[in-house]
Amino acid sequence: MGWENLLLGFQVAAQPFNLGLAVLGITLGTIIGVLPGLGGANGVAILLPLTFSMNPTSAIILLTSLYWGALFGGAITSILFNIPGEPWSVATTFDGYPMARHGKGGEALTAAFTSSFVGALFSVILITLFAPLLAEIALKFGPPEFFAIQLLTFSSFIGLGGGNPIKSLVSILIGFILAAAGLDIVTGQLRLTFGITELMKGFDFIVAVIGLFGIGEILLSVEEGLSFRGVSPQINPKVVWQTWKTLPRYYRTFIRGAFIGFWMGFKPGGATPASFMSYAFAKRFSRHPERFGKGEIEGVIAPETAAHAAGGASLLPMITLGIPGSPTAAVMLGGLIIWGLQPGPMLFREKPEFVWGLIASMYTGNLIGVAMVLAFVPLFAAILRIPFAILTPVIVAVCAVGSYAVHDSMIDIWYMLLFGVIGYVFKKLDYPLAPLVLALVLGDLAENALRQSLIMSQGSLLILFERPISGVISTIALVFFALPLLQGYLRRARRSEVPVVSSHDG
Amino acid sequence: MRTADLTTALILIAGGALVIWDSLRLGIGWGTDGPQSGFFPFWLAVLLVVACAVIGVQARRRARARPFVTREQLMPVLTTLVPTAGFVVLTQFLGLYVATTLFMAFYMRWIGRYSWVPVVLVSVLFPLVIFVTFEKWFLVPMPKGPLEAWLGY
Repeated sequence: MGWENLLLGFQVAAQPFNLGLAVLGITLGTIIGVLPGLGGANGVAILLPLTFSMNPTSAIILLTSLYWGALFGGAITSILFNIPGEPWSVATTFDGYPMARHGKGGEALTAAFTSSFVGALFSVILITLFAPLLAEIALKFGPPEFFAIQLLTFSSFIGLGGGNPIKSLVSILIGFILAAAGLDIVTGQLRLTFGITELMKGFDFIVAVIGLFGIGEILLSVEEGLSFRGVSPQINPKVVWQTWKTLPRYYRTFIRGAFIGFWMGFKPGGATPASFMSYAFAKRFSRHPERFGKGEIEGVIAPETAAHAAGGASLLPMITLGIPGSPTAAVMLGGLIIWGLQPGPMLFREKPEFVWGLIASMYTGNLIGVAMVLAFVPLFAAILRIPFAILTPVIVAVCAVGSYAVHDSMIDIWYMLLFGVIGYVFKKLDYPLAPLVLALVLGDLAENALRQSLIMSQGSLLILFERPISGVISTIALVFFALPLLQGYLRRARRSEVPVVSSHDG
Repeated sequence: MRTADLTTALILIAGGALVIWDSLRLGIGWGTDGPQSGFFPFWLAVLLVVACAVIGVQARRRARARPFVTREQLMPVLTTLVPTAGFVVLTQFLGLYVATTLFMAFYMRWIGRYSWVPVVLVSVLFPLVIFVTFEKWFLVPMPKGPLEAWLGY
């Protein structure tokens, strides 16, 4: 295993056409990451229809490059405009924006891009080493194991996601119920259609992603008024070089961030807690914790390294198990199915040039990405100077184009609008959106795995605990599900008074 | 905030009840070849109703703190949401390209207060860019209306 496969991958990724796609993907991705209302997940969703006619390897290279670009773009808005494009860029604004206000925007951006690169590279190296092993193990999995992994996926949203665990649960359930709507392929019966023909096709998660994250996000961002104010970046090769010379000093922060990011990131919903955790650790171990929040460069390095390590790691379960670790990975998984590939462990045996081309493109994509964003930051930042009155209709129209293109159906544009309103309301009420999307994607898979498990055991749920691998995974999942209850109990035991549920509504 | 939380929970409970009703129709037990169609949605909906009831109780116990949306926030949201909804309606009848032109022109003119020259320029050019990229270049068709039919597409 290993190096000759990676070499094969590099031969695929380094073809001029694929390199060109990587440059295109990063450019578009960075633009998407900078634009309000568009992020990695819905950017990939909107461009997905354009890849239907490409060969799968080139298509996935375009989409992953787009993803890296969106991650880089998120850092630009966080630092220069104090607008976190994605939840995991929130921690970057703490010190990034103060740095930019003090005229050190160039340093902050250089540090952010470099940390992103280091974090992502760390994850990709670990993926290179561990993905084939994990796929080998996953080949032995049966339906109970797959259902157990699904349980683990969703339990980690509840146990580790932060926020109100019951609202996380509700989001997951809504996603699964929406996934169940339409034709039941096993029995051939129509479910939850109530005699309406349009509902027969069910809900496509790509449309849900575009509506929830695209339209919903636009509505949220106009709340603050119809304009943006930002700081102009002062960035040139000299600033980049000066910053690079200081960065090795913070090697501990880099290593800590990368490990936290990878560890949190291959579980779903991990990027956001990873970035906060990494920030908190950096602050705790710093000799000048009082400087954090006022423009300390370590406060940019820590969350960015962790967020990108997590972003890379979220692709690991997607390619080895067929279970995405983030909404963006979920959209890519949907792409795999549309291109006619069966996601999961068999990919390593049947389509090595696809898998290794993808892995190799993560190296080339990140390298190209960091060079491009460093060179063109002012151009990308200028996008946010496009007046709001032009930007908003452009984004709405692009969202509509993406929704329609998935199935050539007008009803999807209506669903986009509906999901947009739901996204706005849910965001305001602190219902997390990522678990809803993942449940919508995985609904059919999870239901089939559960059905097959129950058929194997003739109706007993205990089968999940009787087989060794699924037993261990299911038990961990149960612990995660119970974690919020346990924490509540411990807190209550420590204090006599029951704390009122905090309402940190945004 | 509290009212919005309660309303959302109640709507979701109603939705859950609907799912339970339909699942019971499909059967939630053991069929000839494994669990029946209603089995999975039934238990999901039961959990949903329970979880929303808990959220409702939590919300009721909480003090009436911040409003869900202030008047200053609601105005820009509505000035974006209503034209967006109008855009979807127009797309249904006139096709995406014409709808985009009208939507952009409206938004730029009334919200951005641009003069007519940039309004017409941008709102005609942008749909053309979409047309060339999607329809011509990547061969992804978009919804079309009477204008495109008249032009022969």
